[in-house]
Amino acid sequence: MGLLDYFRSSRPASAAVAKERLQILIAHERAQRGKPDYLPKLQQELLEVIRKYVSVDDDAISVTMEQDEDREILGVNIILPDDGERPRRGGG
Amino acid sequence: MARIIVVTSGKGGGGKTTTSAAISMGLALQGKRTAVIDFDVGLRNLDLIMGCERRVVYDFVNVINGEANLNQALIKDKRCDNLFVLPASQTRDKDSLTQEGVGKVLENLSKDFDYVVCDSPAGIERGATLAMYYADDAVVVTNPEVSSVRDSDRMLGILASKSRRAEQGEEPIKEYLLLTRYSPQRVKLGEMLSVDDVQEILSLHLLGVIPESKAVLNASNSGTPVILDDKSDAGQAYGDVVRRYLGETVPHRFLEEEKKGLFGRLFGG
Repeated sequence: MGLLDYFRSSRPASAAVAKERLQILIAHERAQRGKPDYLPKLQQELLEVIRKYVSVDDDAISVTMEQDEDREILGVNIILPDDGERPRRGGG
Repeated sequence: MARIIVVTSGKGGGGKTTTSAAISMGLALQGKRTAVIDFDVGLRNLDLIMGCERRVVYDFVNVINGEANLNQALIKDKRCDNLFVLPASQTRDKDSLTQEGVGKVLENLSKDFDYVVCDSPAGIERGATLAMYYADDAVVVTNPEVSSVRDSDRMLGILASKSRRAEQGEEPIKEYLLLTRYSPQRVKLGEMLSVDDVQEILSLHLLGVIPESKAVLNASNSGTPVILDDKSDAGQAYGDVVRRYLGETVPHRFLEEEKKGLFGRLFGG
């Protein structure tokens, strides 16, 4: 370390931040790999349909695609809010 | 049958062409008959890095289109009898590369050569995907920098799904990590991802670490693959990479900061 570096040493190590950001991002991107590219749009449209009836958050729905031995399974998981909040609209 | 090596990375400016030039020259110096192909149609530069830019007559696309045969297009290196360069076309658009055409050229080269090194363009367009399609081995050139690491991981995904080996259910492409532009000083200061960090994130077999080095620019200035500058750190590091690739056990070097004198200690950084 040179003399100048002593003045900089209070700064947080940016490499540690880089590593953490990359680990999160790459885990996420690897999870998406090999899946059909219509999944995000499907998820968005499903969310819109559900919102006609129930008020749900953006992250209340998850769409997954899993590969079994001889078939693909499309999984849709929707977390509904507590009873107090529904129904949002009577009858839609 | 030649072994086909793709040098890839996704991101531009990471050292793919420098690496292709160095590795192909290194293999040739080890007595392996080696051809190196520039896949960057429209933006050829391998010829310049290899120092044969004034000897280009025919190119890769001419051969694919049957306008020239391989012997006419291959440029024999003046420093090493075992090394031949197949330059990219400078004028035509990327669509002139076809999967079938590339396959035929590689098949023909395979008869005469031990190794064919494919220098991939940046990005994930046709030139890049075709450079990796027929590969047996992939050298993933990565800088210790977030966008480069992310793009490398993206390329690994493509290697694993879009290559010939993947499509035909054969043994997957062997993937190697080559970390370039590495600065041990900055790693020590916590300013740069370390080789362990990058390996942990990408989980790849480490082929080598090339230090950030003045020798690389000097080499490209003169059209000499940096591996021929065997006094330089980068040249020696590439020499190690080639020997490691060929199966030798060679310890990694240039991972630690060089000891500086008093002047360097006071004003370094």
